[in-house]
Amino acid sequence: MGSLIEIKDNPAQEGFLWTRVDELVNWGRKNSLWPMPLGLSCCGIELMAMIGPKFDLARFGAEAARFSPRQADLMVVAGTLTWKMAEACRTIYDQMPDPKWVIAMGVCSSSGGMYDSYSVVQGVDSILPVDVYVPGCPPRPDAVIDAILKLQKKIERERPVELLLQGANTDEGIGTRRFDRAPNRGVPTTRSHEFLPPGQVSDR
Amino acid sequence: MSAQTTSTKVFEYNPTALQGDDPLHGELMELNMGPQHPATHGVLRIKVVLDGETMKEIEPVVGYLHRGKEKTCESLGWRKFFPHTDRLDYVQPLMNNCAYAIALEKLGGVPVPERGQIIRVMLMEMSRIAAHLIYLGTTAIDLGAVTMFFFTFKERETIYTFLDAYTGHRMNNTYVRIGGVYADVNEDVGREIEKWCEHFLGAVDEYEKMLTGNRIWYDRNHNIGIVNKELALAWSLTGPNLRGSGFEWDLRKQQPYSSYERFNFEIPVGTTGDCYDRYLVRVEEMRQSTRIIQQAVKLLRDTRGGEFLADDRRYVLPPKGKVHTSMEELIHQFKIVTDMALPKGEAYGAVESSKGELGFYVVSDGTSHPLRCHIRAPGLMNVQAIPVVMRDRLFSDTVSIIGSLDFVMGEVDR
Amino acid sequence: MTSTQERVQAALDGLQASISSARDGMPTITVPADKVHEAVQRLKERAGFETNTLVTAVDHYPAEPRYELCWQFLSVSHNDRVRLHARIGGDQPTVASIIDLFPGAAYSERECFDMFGVVFTGHTGLKRLLMPEEYDHFPLRKDFPHHGIEPDRLYREWDRKRRERPSNTAFRQEEGAH
Repeated sequence: MGSLIEIKDNPAQEGFLWTRVDELVNWGRKNSLWPMPLGLSCCGIELMAMIGPKFDLARFGAEAARFSPRQADLMVVAGTLTWKMAEACRTIYDQMPDPKWVIAMGVCSSSGGMYDSYSVVQGVDSILPVDVYVPGCPPRPDAVIDAILKLQKKIERERPVELLLQGANTDEGIGTRRFDRAPNRGVPTTRSHEFLPPGQVSDR
Repeated sequence: MSAQTTSTKVFEYNPTALQGDDPLHGELMELNMGPQHPATHGVLRIKVVLDGETMKEIEPVVGYLHRGKEKTCESLGWRKFFPHTDRLDYVQPLMNNCAYAIALEKLGGVPVPERGQIIRVMLMEMSRIAAHLIYLGTTAIDLGAVTMFFFTFKERETIYTFLDAYTGHRMNNTYVRIGGVYADVNEDVGREIEKWCEHFLGAVDEYEKMLTGNRIWYDRNHNIGIVNKELALAWSLTGPNLRGSGFEWDLRKQQPYSSYERFNFEIPVGTTGDCYDRYLVRVEEMRQSTRIIQQAVKLLRDTRGGEFLADDRRYVLPPKGKVHTSMEELIHQFKIVTDMALPKGEAYGAVESSKGELGFYVVSDGTSHPLRCHIRAPGLMNVQAIPVVMRDRLFSDTVSIIGSLDFVMGEVDR
Repeated sequence: MTSTQERVQAALDGLQASISSARDGMPTITVPADKVHEAVQRLKERAGFETNTLVTAVDHYPAEPRYELCWQFLSVSHNDRVRLHARIGGDQPTVASIIDLFPGAAYSERECFDMFGVVFTGHTGLKRLLMPEEYDHFPLRKDFPHHGIEPDRLYREWDRKRRERPSNTAFRQEEGAH
């Protein structure tokens, strides 16, 4: 009884009952992650291999790959994101209902990868909040399964009841990096900078 | 069909012009099959104007995976571009590498030793089988035959295991160099590949048992997406799209490269050029590729101990052991890594990939930075043919046709 | 001269074409820019080249004329290939489109326009292929930097409009916090 009164006054203080509810909710969420494979390029093939028979993703409850974002809760950005595709990617992320998580699979979505060119987003975290980054080009399906297990551990640490009591609104996306951080910054490696007008550096 | 062959009407995408006063047909609906879609085989966007279920106007929009590869080649240099070629048509791991190497070898005048050529043939044919397995698995799952996806990916995993054992990585191997391949093939791997080839021929029979006589598969693919020879040649289609129409054109036979003239294999062709014929062509190509691999493994046994990398000081790195001990090799390595230049001129090297003619048009001005490297991607021509083949068909045929024209957005967009 | 070169020479008689052999052995023809369509028509009708393999351009930046356009054709009946070059330059580089002869060149020409800014007259539907349609620059020109010029500009504009749009869930705030 005492713990219930405590929660009403100060929702941030955990009571025994609410941690149990938290655990239950987190257990349900982490064992039934429904991935939405945003298979953009080569990593998409390894993603398909992960859902395939050898590296069976169904063991972790994540077999129901839903291509509609409205029915999924885990977005796996597998492949290179270009600025032309970025609008669609952000729209898809916005269409996913809460709770949602993002795995940036492969180096292209984590940081732009080997493409430091005029059309590639240097890391999908320029436009979305990312939970787990998986390096590799492409990462082995084992690595992505490891990422999903790490994500499950991360979900265990969440506090859904507290968020509910606080009335948190995650419309804007929390983000691990600020969007204003300038993307596509790098060292020029081409001689085309020789042809630029004097005073203009090759990258904005 | 002949009216469609040379008509340029497909580029006038004007949906309002089609509205009529026919009470039976009513309003046209514009539908977007967006860049994110399970059945578009990558990030392809198709804008469709529908009259009921019939497609009146189709416009594919590409470029959602444009990574600036041709510009990257000009920045990086010839040798450092090899990993980028891998990611072009990412379902056939080593075919793109070989095509690029062949173009560069033509430009530089580098002959590839016999064993290097045979290893390349073996790797290219394994890539072709892998690509056709993806075609089969994904097209079948798009049409509802979900089991095929698991069956074909199981075989793909075995191919990946071989490539992992041989090259060190499952896909995007970057194993080919100017003048040959990076390292020699292990005898054990060869023996396992031979055993697998026997098993794989049985697996292909299993796939045929599941699909070829299947009433649903036949109904969804027969008389759909017909591409005859004139249409294919007018629209620059090559590969199974051209061979499905009954015309036997395969670069491996017509303009042999990399010692393909030593191998015995046949070129399957279709009859009518519909999706079903292209499916049969690809399944038979898998069998012929298995045959080539078996011959290649035997030849590798015969050429044991042969050179797999050309001995050309201008383009081929010296063995690493010598680099650490001998001054001359150190300078030689330094020069190649920093300042490798191909002679001034242009060359075009093409291979018969699983989608068609994959070619690299390379232009050099004699300096260490390339002047131009253009990638002739067969997928781009296949995407171009989508409106031609899909017009006035039902919307559900979209999936069959896209799967059957078979393209990979990595090479379409580059 | 090989038989291919002889056949091509005979077909292009009178068009100021110069034929040579490139490093890969392919006969390479150079024609003036205004004779391109005529040359391609003759190659198709008289020399038997049924299909077009590629259409692309090379930017020789400081040199004028700046762009060297390249067409390549394949003859399946004679089993050979030929390459055609033409140099064009100026602020608005234009050349005739060949899609009335080879419809398969459509996307390649669009890509040339997208990457270099070369306008193909007679190509209905000449718009960008690989870059977004509102993009301002031509990436494969030599004076365009490798990292691009403000590559995220279009996305930022779209994102600003997205943030300013009233949210679908705005009604939640009206009812008061949970």
